[in-house]
Amino acid sequence: MYKYSEFDESFVRARVTEFRDQVARRIDGSLTEEEFKPLRLKNGLYLQLHAYMLRVAIPYGTLNSRQMRQLAMIADRWDKGYGHFTTRQNVQYNWPKLADVPDILEALADVSMHAIQTSGNCIRNVTADHFAGAAADEIEDPRPIAELLRQWSTDHPEFQYLPRKFKIAVTGSPKDRAVTRAHDIGIRMVRNSSGEPGCEILIGGGLGRTPMVGKVVRDFLPTGDLLPYIEAILRVYNLQGRRDNKYKARIKILVHETGLEELKQQIEAEFAARKALFPGINMKLIENLESAFAPPGHDPKPFHNFIDRTRHDPAFRAWAGTNLSEHRIAEYSIVTVSLKPVGGTPGDATSKQMNLLADLAERYAHDELRVSHEQNIILPHVAKSDVPKVFDLLNGAGLATANVGLISDIIACPGMDYCALATARSIPVAQEISKRFDELRLEREIGPIKIKISGCINACGHHHVGHIGILGLDRKGVENYQITLGGDATENAAIGERAGPGFSASALVPALERLLDAYLENRAGPDESFIESYRRLGSLPFKTALYPSDTRIAA
Amino acid sequence: MKTIVRDDGFHLDDLAEEVFISLEELKLGVETPVCLHLANDADPAELPMFFPWLKLVRIPFPNFADGRGFSLAARVRQLGYTGRLRADGHLIADQYPQVRRSGFDEVAIDELHAARQPEFQWKMRTGWRGTSYQQRLLNSG
Amino acid sequence: MRKFVPKVITTNDLMEGDVIYLAEDGSWTRKFGEAQVFTAAEIADEALAKVEQQRDIHVGAYLADAKVEKDGRPRPVHFRERFRTLGPSNYFHGKQAEE
Repeated sequence: MYKYSEFDESFVRARVTEFRDQVARRIDGSLTEEEFKPLRLKNGLYLQLHAYMLRVAIPYGTLNSRQMRQLAMIADRWDKGYGHFTTRQNVQYNWPKLADVPDILEALADVSMHAIQTSGNCIRNVTADHFAGAAADEIEDPRPIAELLRQWSTDHPEFQYLPRKFKIAVTGSPKDRAVTRAHDIGIRMVRNSSGEPGCEILIGGGLGRTPMVGKVVRDFLPTGDLLPYIEAILRVYNLQGRRDNKYKARIKILVHETGLEELKQQIEAEFAARKALFPGINMKLIENLESAFAPPGHDPKPFHNFIDRTRHDPAFRAWAGTNLSEHRIAEYSIVTVSLKPVGGTPGDATSKQMNLLADLAERYAHDELRVSHEQNIILPHVAKSDVPKVFDLLNGAGLATANVGLISDIIACPGMDYCALATARSIPVAQEISKRFDELRLEREIGPIKIKISGCINACGHHHVGHIGILGLDRKGVENYQITLGGDATENAAIGERAGPGFSASALVPALERLLDAYLENRAGPDESFIESYRRLGSLPFKTALYPSDTRIAA
Repeated sequence: MKTIVRDDGFHLDDLAEEVFISLEELKLGVETPVCLHLANDADPAELPMFFPWLKLVRIPFPNFADGRGFSLAARVRQLGYTGRLRADGHLIADQYPQVRRSGFDEVAIDELHAARQPEFQWKMRTGWRGTSYQQRLLNSG
Repeated sequence: MRKFVPKVITTNDLMEGDVIYLAEDGSWTRKFGEAQVFTAAEIADEALAKVEQQRDIHVGAYLADAKVEKDGRPRPVHFRERFRTLGPSNYFHGKQAEE
């Protein structure tokens, strides 16, 4: 893992000191709220519905046991004993007090963490494949690039006051687990025909009010040109992105209104000018980054105990079937720890659970943890021979829910239970869905499916790219839920299609039951997943199930 | 009168009496050196031929959240301008390091603003020359 | 002309972040039921403009719809305002736990 340099350390400490001073000046009135707001947002501090909320960056979702323990300590000392892991691979505290925030930031700095650029109209925390460095299907570990971008974007003088927020995601695997096509910039590490490493650059993806799938703006960029190229994109966007309407201010709108070809020319022209003066990246720094993410010292051991346990213990077998992923070393597994217990809040972990996860990482997973955008925690390097022990310990802490990729593995934003922007709640919807399908014992029968819930059009819950997306709205003072179908967050990214009129909170789960019954009835066989059925059959049978009495649908 | 902020603190505006001309006016030609008001949506591509005629280039910040001026300043510097570059408008002391690092020499703020954000708050931030991530990443760093 | 829906002034406390309401005596209360009810638009707007000058006490004051119940106390109309009087629904945290 990347270790903070002296520079990182002093930078983060200086930011804490600066923010302490800014908080003091806000409290004494020398900063207005209008002026303080962008400063607090740059340090991850929001004012939400009931309280402040502090969003802490977990760069590209990677952390170690010491950091996880500190997150638990912060939850206990300054919050209410839990943290919420988000779709941006961050962690959020829902109850901090303004005057405590500088101390919390200081505690984060103690373990090389911060809340910088987790909000505001700047380049946000760079996200990456949560299986980075471990997945069997990976071409290259995306984290050296993600860390390079973290450093480059941190406190970049030009790009702190962009038209709108700016999100970058990186994947090093052709299987896109980082939703790169729904980011302002998506980077896919590839090889060209002569086998040289480089990047495919996508721009203009994003969800929110106007969902768009990112478009390829450069199919092959030598990795050495990455910084001047990304700077060129950002400069063109900063100068030309719309500032008259915040709903039209993301780069996706600029791409849409200017046209990809025209914008591409502008970016290439800026890139050429920039590159001519670009002094080159300090290669020593790059080498340091690459060695920082070198694989841990794996120790392949036989795993008869794992095979035996799989044979004889159905609970273990079920969990292993959903929560383990293929590691590039056959004797290892990637363990996904579900933060989606039946009836629980997606993405929440108590301080006790965080401490246990830290212990497990330290003892069994080369001291590494990951946060996924699907709001689960990953132990990326667990020897198969240790997996049964890990399972037992997780089980004892309520962390062995065997549902990764299934219907109760729901992504949900905090919604109107916490968020000031939300138009409806999303957590209770997720809770109800997982409880209902657990009661029906249909989860395994239904198989792989992605349900994603957002409590407003900003789409933090990624509803547009859910196989089933749910969007909570306020319809004349009542919570109302719209369903979209057929979205996809992977390399085959697609924006879901709105199925029809929304449902009241009480009608929503029955509607989903009808929808999934229709899938079970119409699928070609148990091997055909929901999304495959949807693609084969089109939306009609599903819409008919959602709106049985609506005769217009068949027309 | 505007207050001019530089690394050594507050100054009176030595150009308070000057007439600032627009890029369009500049392109019509000038006979003596002038002060240019470069709107933050202007395209500076043709500016280099006028560099010898510029006493100062002023880029406006209509509000402190509108960051176009930072990129425009960087672009003007990239084009080779080495003369005086001024950020003008609603910028706050906390932004001073970004102002300087994106290529500006000074900031012009109005009186009210100078009263509420006094000189010491700006001077606290004049150590902007300390290493940055961007400098560190590049060979020139 | 549409009938004016009674209003209360609500905002979040600068230091705690907690939801607060303007009371009749000009102080801030944590309970919706203790808020001053405004029944005329101009008076409500004027009062809002006045509290907006208190820069170091609260953040983001606005007018929220209210209905006056039989006990003479105001209650929220919209579900968002009702949630703000309670706290989140997934945990017993926030105002509901402080009653």
